[in-house]
Amino acid sequence: MAGIDHAPPPFFKRGPAPLALLTFYIAISLAVFFVDLRMRSLDLLRQSLSLVVDPVQRAAQAPGSLVDLAAGYLQGLQALQVENRELKHAKLNTAPDLQRLAQLESENERLRKLLAVKEREQAKGQVAQILYTARDPFSRKVIVDKGQQSNIGAGQPAIDEAGVVGQVTRVFPFSAEITLITDKDQAVPVQIVRNGQRSVVFGLGNGQLELRYMPANADVQEGDLLVTSGLDSIYLPGFPVAKVVQVERDSAYSFARIFCAPIAAVENFGELMILDPRQALPPPPPESKGRGQVAEVVNVRGRKKH
Amino acid sequence: MQPTFSSSRILLPVRPWFVYFSLFCALLLNFLPTAHWPGMPDWVALTLCFWSIRETRRVGMGSAFVLGLLMDVADGSILGQHCFAYVLLAYGAMALARRILWFPLLQQALHILPLLIATQAIQAVMRLAVGADWPGIGYFISPLIATLLWPLLTLALLLPQYQPVEQNPDRPI
Repeated sequence: MAGIDHAPPPFFKRGPAPLALLTFYIAISLAVFFVDLRMRSLDLLRQSLSLVVDPVQRAAQAPGSLVDLAAGYLQGLQALQVENRELKHAKLNTAPDLQRLAQLESENERLRKLLAVKEREQAKGQVAQILYTARDPFSRKVIVDKGQQSNIGAGQPAIDEAGVVGQVTRVFPFSAEITLITDKDQAVPVQIVRNGQRSVVFGLGNGQLELRYMPANADVQEGDLLVTSGLDSIYLPGFPVAKVVQVERDSAYSFARIFCAPIAAVENFGELMILDPRQALPPPPPESKGRGQVAEVVNVRGRKKH
Repeated sequence: MQPTFSSSRILLPVRPWFVYFSLFCALLLNFLPTAHWPGMPDWVALTLCFWSIRETRRVGMGSAFVLGLLMDVADGSILGQHCFAYVLLAYGAMALARRILWFPLLQQALHILPLLIATQAIQAVMRLAVGADWPGIGYFISPLIATLLWPLLTLALLLPQYQPVEQNPDRPI
């Protein structure tokens, strides 16, 4: 009789039922998905996992970069000489501007002091190497080789020799993720150089950018240069962002559709410069009267509680 | 005609380290710069599917979840996207495990195809629902190529388990 109510032998023990396990894992996955999407509070988990994943990823990139290195080695003397000559030529072309730059900057500073205008911020940064493009086919991001160890923080802008490339969106211990300006709905506040009109340019996700919410009769022409306006606390003013390539004006819509092409080599590999975060902006001006009253009421209530 | 278990050869038991090693290799293959080529298969999904069918007790939804998390971090995608798809893939593969091995390799591949397409489609739906960019048709070609690779993958991953062909008359098994 003793044998009848025995538990089944361990051979049959297979853990929880598959459907129960499935429900459990699906619940966790969905919870993680929405927490990461809406609250961004899982960055610590991401950073610690990246400590494991990052070395493997760099190792996987090694064969590709070795091939590049070998190609560069075998490129030949002549190609290098040509490139060297072109670079010297380009350097000479920019020399007149550069040589007077220091003098201009000091003059600008003096004039601004005379006018009692706040001094222009200096652009400083660190050069970073693009390691690889993120594999995610739904977005446009690159990974660079500087991270928390180099005091990179989320939000810092990245530029290359021609213009704005993107913005740091996630920081890992030894690397950082830069979202390109062509990523869908990535926004950059810009100004049209020709007439000083301000707007915001959005990425379209297909390598192009779009200038949104401009009235159909706005003064925008093909070939207009867009530079950062500096009206945020992120981008310094004056960096080239994009060039207008196509303007569609349809009176049926209240806004014109304006397509732009990025100026920087946004989707190419290479080096880029991550600019230091901007100095804090001055506090915003006092709010309008109606809202001010509301604020006062709230303050009074707050005081009553004490 | 009744289908028969096409592999009449008796396999050696799998070595656990080889399972984990192959999954690691799949991760490495996914991290290669070639991953950006259109139609490149998702090696992790394919290998995970294989071991979920062959070694249901060793590789399952738990491994799928961990691999998904690693892929999410590596991709820079939203955490949980790969986890969700891989867990469902592992469950589907486990559900198929009893039936699929009775078919020849090409018909097995046909069973795998819907699973892999579903894995890609789930991820696409999750990302498009929260406002991502359309990834292009190349994203949905990769399951087809992965399916074509199934026979080769089976051969490669079962190679360490094959026994020598010569028979010993004293020991028929």
